[in-house]
Amino acid sequence: MSEQGPGPGSEVPVGVPDVPVGGGETESLATATPISPWRLALRRFLRRKPAVISVAILGVIVVGAAFAEWIAPFGAVEQNLDDILQSPDGTYLLGTDTLGRDNFSRILHGGRVSLLVGITVALIAGGVGTLIGILAGYYGGFIDAALMRLTDTLLALPGLMVVIIAARLLGDGVWDVVLVLSGIAWMTLARIVRGKVLTLKEQEFVEAARALGVPVRQIMRRHLLPNLVGEITVTISLTVAAAILAESTLSFLGLGVSATHTATWGNMLGGNEGFVTTAPWLVWGPGLAIVITALCVNFIGDGLRDSLDPTQEKL
Amino acid sequence: MIAYALRRLAITVPVLVVISFGTFWAAGQISSPTAQLTLNPRISPETKQAYVELLGLDRPLHVQYGKWLGNFVTGDFGTSLVKNGQDVWPFVERALANTLLLVAAAVSLSLLIGLAVGTISAIRQGSLWDYGSVTVSFLGISIPVFWLGLMLQLFFGLYLANWLGVGPPLLPTAGIYSPGQQGFDLLDRVRHLVLPTLALSLQLVAVYSRYMRASMLEVMSADYIRTARSKGLRESRVVVRHGMRSALVPVTTQVAIDIGQLVGGLIVTERVFQYPGMGLLFLDSLEGGDYTILLPTVMIAAVVVFALNLVADLLYGVLDPRVRLGRDRRVARNV
Repeated sequence: MSEQGPGPGSEVPVGVPDVPVGGGETESLATATPISPWRLALRRFLRRKPAVISVAILGVIVVGAAFAEWIAPFGAVEQNLDDILQSPDGTYLLGTDTLGRDNFSRILHGGRVSLLVGITVALIAGGVGTLIGILAGYYGGFIDAALMRLTDTLLALPGLMVVIIAARLLGDGVWDVVLVLSGIAWMTLARIVRGKVLTLKEQEFVEAARALGVPVRQIMRRHLLPNLVGEITVTISLTVAAAILAESTLSFLGLGVSATHTATWGNMLGGNEGFVTTAPWLVWGPGLAIVITALCVNFIGDGLRDSLDPTQEKL
Repeated sequence: MIAYALRRLAITVPVLVVISFGTFWAAGQISSPTAQLTLNPRISPETKQAYVELLGLDRPLHVQYGKWLGNFVTGDFGTSLVKNGQDVWPFVERALANTLLLVAAAVSLSLLIGLAVGTISAIRQGSLWDYGSVTVSFLGISIPVFWLGLMLQLFFGLYLANWLGVGPPLLPTAGIYSPGQQGFDLLDRVRHLVLPTLALSLQLVAVYSRYMRASMLEVMSADYIRTARSKGLRESRVVVRHGMRSALVPVTTQVAIDIGQLVGGLIVTERVFQYPGMGLLFLDSLEGGDYTILLPTVMIAAVVVFALNLVADLLYGVLDPRVRLGRDRRVARNV
C-alpha cells in the first residue's frame, strides 16, 4: 500500500482527482472496479497452496481415468497369462495380478468408477440434504420436527452395519452402491442447511419477498439457495472424498461394485488382499490411488470452505 | 433435562423395534441357516425337514420374530440356530468384551496424542508444527482404515522382519492370541492388540487434534485468558488450567459419540486383523443366516450408539451451561 493510497476502512471522498489510476495498489476506491463475491472467493482460493496443488494433481488423476482407453498401455481385462504376478518393470509399470492383467492400466480404468461413484453420491446426497434442510428450516413446525427426527434417527444408527445389510440386500452393480451410500450421506448437509435457513428466513430481504407475494418455491430458489451455495459446495466436496473411501471399504468387504462388472480401486484391493505379502504392488497401487485422490479432494474442500465461507467453523 | 432424555427414549424404543425387525427380515433374505444342511450330502431331506420344524423355521415370519422379541426383552438371548444349539449370550459377551477393549485402547491412545498435538498447534498457530500436524491429520482422514491395516500388517509382519534379518515377525498380524495359546496371557494379548489399535488411532488422532486445535483457538482468545495472564500466572498454567479445561468441552461430546459408533462399527478393522469382536460376529452371522446371533449383535450396537449419542447431548448441556439441549456435532466416519 503506497502512502497516498487509501488504507482499509479510510474514508475516500468520491472522485479524488489526484490519485494515479492504474498504478496497481494505488488505485482509489472510487475508481476501482467492483469485485464480485465469486471473484473474491477465487482469489482467496488461489492463495491457498495445498488446495491449488490438489486441483492440479486431481486434474491429472481425472484426465487419466477419463481417457484410460487411450492412455493405459493395456485394457482393463486384457490378460497376459505368461506374465502373471509380475513385479513392476518397464512393461508393467505397477506389475500384474493373478490373471496377468496390468495393474497400472486397471488403476486408470478403475479410477473412472471410483470417481464416478464418489461424485454421484455427493451430488445426490447434496440434493436430498439441501431439499430436506430447506423444507425443514423454512416451514418449521410439524414439517421441521418430522424431518429432523428422521435425520437425527438416521445419524444415530450403527451406520456401517446398516450399510452392509443394505448393500447385501441390493445388488453389486455401480448404481446399487451409489444408492446405498447416498442414503446415508445426506444428513449432515440437511442439518447445516436447516440451521442456515432458520437465520436467513428472518432477514429483511426474505420478508420483503414474502410481503410482495413471491411464491414460496421462488423464495427458496431465488432468495435462499444462492445464500447457501458456500455451505453446500463445501459439504458436497468433502462428501466426494468420504464416498470414495466408503466405496472402497464396501468393495473390500466384497459388498461394493463386483469385479465381474468392472474394476474399481476398492474391488482391486479386496480381490488382492491375499497377495499382500507375495505381490505387495497389488495392494500399494490402488491403495495409493485412493489415498491421493481422497487427500486432494479433502484439501480442495478445505480450501473451498476458507474461500467461500470464511465464517464457517473449521472441523 | 430429564424430560428431554425421556422424550429421546420415547422415540428410540419404536426405532429399535423397526431395526430389529428389519434386520430379522434381511437376515432371511440374505442367507439361510439351513444352507449347510442342504449342501451336506449325508443329510437326507427328511432329517433337514425335522430340523426345520424343530427350530420353528417353518412358521410364519411374524411368529418367529415375535417369539424372539418376547424372549429378548426378558433377557433371554436363546440358542443359536447354526452353532449346534449353543447359547447365544456367551458368543455375544466375548465379542463385546473384545471390542470394548479395542475401543478403549484406541480411544485413550488417540486422546493422549490428539489433545497434545491439537493444543500445541493452537498455541503455536502458523508454525511449522501447526502446518505439519494439519497435513498429517488430512492424511488421517484420507486413508481407508482397511488399507492402513493391510499396510501395517505388511510392514510389521514382513518388511521389518526382512530388514532386521530373517526372524519371526515383530508383531502378530491377526487374532488375539498366538496359535496354541491356552488360557490368559497378558503380554501375548497386548501384542495382538497393538496393530489394530494403531490402525484405528490414526483417524481418531486426526479428528481429535483438529477439534482440539479449533476449540483451543476459540478459547485462548477469550477475555478470561487475558485476565489469567494479567494476574501474572505462568503461561503453562494459563494454557492447561484455563485454556484446555474449557476447550475440552466440545471434544468430550465428540468422544462420546465416537465410542458409540466404534462399538457398533469396528467391522473393517476387526475383519482385517481377524479380531473376534462384534464386527466379525456381525459379518459371520449375517453370512451364516443366523439371526439368533445377528439380532443381538445389531441390537446391542444400536443401543450403545443411541445411548452414547444421548450421553453426548446431555454432557454438552452439563459441561457448558450456555448450551441449550438439542445441538450436536457429528462427523461421518468409515471405520
